[in-house]
Amino acid sequence: MNIIISNSSGTPIYEQIREQIKNKIVSNELKTGELLPSIRVLAKDLRISVITTKNAYEELEKEGYVQTIPGKGTYVANKNIELIREEQLQKIESLMDTAVSIAKISQISKEDLRNMLEILYGEEK
Amino acid sequence: MENILEVKNLSKKYQDFELKNINIALPKGMIMGIIGENGAGKSTTIKSILNLIQADKGEIKIFGLDYQKNETKIKEDIGVVLDDSFLSEYLTPNDINKMMKQIYKNWDETLYFKYIEDFHLPKDKISKDYSSGMKMKLKIAVALSHHPKLLILDEPTSGLDPVARNEILDIFQDFIQDESKGILVSSHITSDLEHIADYITFINHGEIVLSKTRDELLENYGIVKCSAEEFQKIASKDYVKYKKNRYEYDVLVENKFEFKKKYDAPIVDKPTIEEIMLIYIKGEK
Repeated sequence: MNIIISNSSGTPIYEQIREQIKNKIVSNELKTGELLPSIRVLAKDLRISVITTKNAYEELEKEGYVQTIPGKGTYVANKNIELIREEQLQKIESLMDTAVSIAKISQISKEDLRNMLEILYGEEK
Repeated sequence: MENILEVKNLSKKYQDFELKNINIALPKGMIMGIIGENGAGKSTTIKSILNLIQADKGEIKIFGLDYQKNETKIKEDIGVVLDDSFLSEYLTPNDINKMMKQIYKNWDETLYFKYIEDFHLPKDKISKDYSSGMKMKLKIAVALSHHPKLLILDEPTSGLDPVARNEILDIFQDFIQDESKGILVSSHITSDLEHIADYITFINHGEIVLSKTRDELLENYGIVKCSAEEFQKIASKDYVKYKKNRYEYDVLVENKFEFKKKYDAPIVDKPTIEEIMLIYIKGEK
C-alpha cells in the first residue's frame, strides 16, 4: 500500500492519511475485512507521531470506513456502497458548480463545456 | 489512558533561577519532547524527575508509583541519557558491560552487544577516543540494554550529524512499538521532535508555556504575516503573540482555521516548532 505524505503541503498529515486510505477503500484497492497496519507500525514507517496516525484512524472509523477491534487491529469496514456513492456525487456536483460559474463569468457556452467533459471523460477510459 | 510519568507542581528555587510549577503527564506508548532555550530549565526538570536534584516541592509518579518511596525499584525500569555522562571515558564497551551486569538485574548482554555492533562502536577502544556521535550512541546503547519501560533523555541528538540523528529517531520509534513504554526527551533541535514526538512541552524561564499534542500545535497553530495596518485590525484575544519585523508582522494564532474564517488574512503559514518557539520568546503581546 502506498501512502505519500507531504510535509510542506497545507493539508494536515492526519488528513492526508485519512484521504488516501479512504480513496483506496472507495476504489476497492483495500477490500472489506482487510487488516490495516497498526497505528504504531504506520507511525514508524511514515516517521510520524503515533497520535497523528491515531487521529487519522479515528476519523476513518467515525465515517464508517474502518472498524477497530480492541486487541486485534483495524479493519476495512463493511461499507455502505450507496452512501459512498452519494458522497462522491455531492463532491462532483459541487465541483461542476464551480466549473459552470467560471464558464458563465467568461461566457463559455454550455456546448463548449459539454465538449470539454466529453474529451476529459473519454481520455480517462 | 494511563500515564507512565506524571509530574505535579514541581518547583525548585535557585539563587538566580527558578523552576515554577512544572506539570507533565506522559501517557503510555507516547513520546514527549521538551523544548526550550538553553538555560530554560529542561535539564533541571529532567534531573528533578530523576531525583538527582532535590525539588523544593512537587509530586512525581512513575509507572503509577511515588518516585521518592520506590526509587530503587523504579530505576530498574528507567533508561537514562544525560548531558554529562556518568560513565568514565576511560572505559571500553567491554568494561561497561562488566560493570552494568553488576548494577542492573535485567542487564541484557546480548542486546547490548547487538547495539554496539549496529552502531559500529569498537568494543575495545576507550570511549574517550570516540567521536561525539559515537559517544552518544554508546550512552543510548547502555540506556536501552536493561529493557527499560521508560526512557528519559536529555539532548540525545545534540552534536550529532543528520544521519546519526535519524538513526536515533528510528530507535525511539522502535522502542514505543510496545505501547506500555514511553519516552521523555529534551532537545533544542526542534526538527527532530517535530515529526515523531506525540506531545510537545515548551519550557521558558523555568515555566511551561505550552504542552500540546504535536498535531494541535503544528496543524492548528498558524503564523499570520501581515502589514502594520492589517495587524491593527486583529483583536488581542485572537492571537497569542506577535513579532514586529522590519517589513511585516508575524502573528502567532492558536487556530488558523478559525482565524481565516474571521479575518481576511492574506498569508497564514504553517509554523514549525522553531518558529512558534521564537515568537513565544521574542514576541510581544
